[in-house]
Amino acid sequence: MLKILHAGFFTTLQDLGRYGHRDKGVPISGPMDEIAFGNANGLLQNHPNAAVLEFTMIGPTVQFGEPTYFTITGAHMQPVLNQTPLKGHKVYKAQKDDVLTFKGLVQGYRGYLAVKGGFGTPGALGSQSLYGTVTQIARFHENDEIPYGACPNLSPSHFNVMQESHLEESTLLVSKGPEYNHLHDRQLEHLFAKDFTVSKDNDRMAYQLGETIPGHTISMLTSATLPGTVQLTPSGRIIILMKDGQTTGGYPRILQLTQRALSILSQKKMGDSVNFKLV
Amino acid sequence: MKYPLHIRPFGSRALLLQWPNRVDEAILDDILEFRHFLTQEKLPSNEWETIPVYHSLTLVNRVRDIDAPKLLEKLQQWYRDSKATSAKRKRSTWLLPVCYDSSFGLDLEIVCDQVQLSKEQLIMEHTNTSYLVYGIGFLPGFMYLGGLSEKIIVPRKKEPRLKVEKGAVGLAAKQTGIYPQQSPGGWNIIGNCPVPIFNPEHTPPTFVAIGDRVKFHAISKAEHELIKIQNQVGIYTFKKEPSDA
Repeated sequence: MLKILHAGFFTTLQDLGRYGHRDKGVPISGPMDEIAFGNANGLLQNHPNAAVLEFTMIGPTVQFGEPTYFTITGAHMQPVLNQTPLKGHKVYKAQKDDVLTFKGLVQGYRGYLAVKGGFGTPGALGSQSLYGTVTQIARFHENDEIPYGACPNLSPSHFNVMQESHLEESTLLVSKGPEYNHLHDRQLEHLFAKDFTVSKDNDRMAYQLGETIPGHTISMLTSATLPGTVQLTPSGRIIILMKDGQTTGGYPRILQLTQRALSILSQKKMGDSVNFKLV
Repeated sequence: MKYPLHIRPFGSRALLLQWPNRVDEAILDDILEFRHFLTQEKLPSNEWETIPVYHSLTLVNRVRDIDAPKLLEKLQQWYRDSKATSAKRKRSTWLLPVCYDSSFGLDLEIVCDQVQLSKEQLIMEHTNTSYLVYGIGFLPGFMYLGGLSEKIIVPRKKEPRLKVEKGAVGLAAKQTGIYPQQSPGGWNIIGNCPVPIFNPEHTPPTFVAIGDRVKFHAISKAEHELIKIQNQVGIYTFKKEPSDA
């Protein structure tokens, strides 16, 4: 078991996601930053769908119940094992009762902690990813225990990989969304000429941007939305749907983020700036 | 029936298929028939998700980028060639109980005032229709129901509630619906349905499918309580009408 001593700000478990129920309104969930998630499982030679801890802004404090190998990817949060400072993107060994904590956020927003073999929770509707109305809990709290199998010995094929460069990037590559052609010149100018800042309304469901562009009076029938869909509200507010985002929506879908852009945006916090660029 | 079909890429992994832009049962039927053909013959469900809502069908590949121009052409071809399926798709009409007691129907009085109907007349209008499920989204298990009586159309509330109870039955513009779980919401609440619409322990997690119909019937507060208990202990049986469609 991995025991949660402090839960951090928002700590969940994520595998690649919950598929096959979008036509019942169930979001796919899964890791916000697929690049960091993939690197974590890759370093440990885990199954690509192995469940990993995802934590936002403030890392958790956790205690290992069994010996294992682990790695931390994504945001730089100054991990410390017992008293020893650790680096990201490296495979470390944890002994029974070792305590892992994070001293504070330096760069990025979301960190990932993977253990060899992944975490073994029961899951729901075919996925271990936590999502409020589907799984029993929406996130971890103090004293929760997350099962994993002991792994006393491992010879990883590589002990570290390159740090992820997407933490440094702020340009979101986008393709045209289904309602892109409804935009007029002034809206397009605002959309591509300016930087936007991430507002306080940002979570696993959606990121709202602080600045508005000229609004619209387009009325459309509700249709499907995807993670990375950029919606424009009548008042000109820009909402970007993320991994726990609703599966349908009635606002014009003006742009669609690339998979990489989703990872880039996932590492942005309130006040960070981003800009859009058409592929 | 065949419609002009607009297909466009939607990101790198999805295609959006659009039928003529209106709320129309015949269009939904055509979408569901084509979807049935695609999922049976062309797009295996372990690789593709298909999301129909109102006049559109979105096809999403779960894992990889798609060759949009090639697939787009194929889809047009498949749509032209696909025949109306001989075996008509099964369509259920679900009978859902709603308690319109004022303890649940928080906005019932205001709505009655707005539409100039008595409480009984309003309930009659609401329960007289067999609503078509045009889509499920917004929240897990939230149904977009079409067919609301024009006599009970009221605008969305100016100030949304921070907390709408699970099972709350609401009215907003041309729509009526049930909140499958507690959530914030701006619809006018006129009652409560004790039957859970969404249950993650079931596969599929909701018994309703897009293209089904939903009919409400009024129950007392005591019956509401009873059905709730029956559900908790697992002895409630869902009621549905056999379908002719």
